[in-house]
Amino acid sequence: MKKPDYVYVTYIATTPEKVWRALVDTDVTRQYWVDPSAGCARVNVSDWKPGSRWEHQRADGSATVDIAGKVVESTPARRLVMTWARPGEFDDGAKHSRVTFDIEPYVDGLVRLTVTHDELAGDPQMLEGISGGWPKVLSNLKTLLETGRALPHVVAAG
Amino acid sequence: MDVDKVFKALADPTRRRLLDQLHRENGQTLTALCEHMDMTRQAVTQHLQLLEDANLVAVVWQGREKLHYLNPVPLHEIYARWIEKFERGRLGALHHLKKTLESDDDEKA
Repeated sequence: MKKPDYVYVTYIATTPEKVWRALVDTDVTRQYWVDPSAGCARVNVSDWKPGSRWEHQRADGSATVDIAGKVVESTPARRLVMTWARPGEFDDGAKHSRVTFDIEPYVDGLVRLTVTHDELAGDPQMLEGISGGWPKVLSNLKTLLETGRALPHVVAAG
Repeated sequence: MDVDKVFKALADPTRRRLLDQLHRENGQTLTALCEHMDMTRQAVTQHLQLLEDANLVAVVWQGREKLHYLNPVPLHEIYARWIEKFERGRLGALHHLKKTLESDDDEKA
């Protein structure tokens, strides 16, 4: 087994169920998932059944697909595993990397959310984009769930 | 997480060096990290523990190997809380300056 490329951890004062909803419910996702380069919010669209396709779409009315992949594992409030590829490379399994969300109850009413991105080998460009993106997305998610407020620049962009 | 822990963890050149090392190559073992550090294994372990407590380092076990990952999420929280808002002010000032200068041009034209 190869070691993961990136591991991101954030502790959020919320419930595992709310973290799960924030990942799969587009009404919540659009409030915090902002791509620094595109400026608009993004949502993840799927029926979230193992084997199904999921799409990372722009929430600016264009529904442009920036990333697509397959749902590998989907256990509500616990674990979401999906593959991650450029839409044009969806049919080439070798071009898919993998993202895992692990949601675990922690002490003091905190939830530990771990995002692991692996199998990125040989795609430095994607690596670059991801290393800038995840910390912002996770930090925004924490702010939204803990304060109930969408971020000012999200509102401005959307 | 405690923001004090993050600032405290960053307020040490050795720990910042460890973060730089992980930025260069993510997912290193203690042994690999020690190769570049001029101190005992025990001392490096203690520094890593402080970084882990501050959530600046995330740990993944792979078999018997403990791998250390740079976790920049708390850094982004500090950025959003302490830096971004000041930048926004500066961007506002630049925007105002641009508007002022351009309206001057309009008057001359």
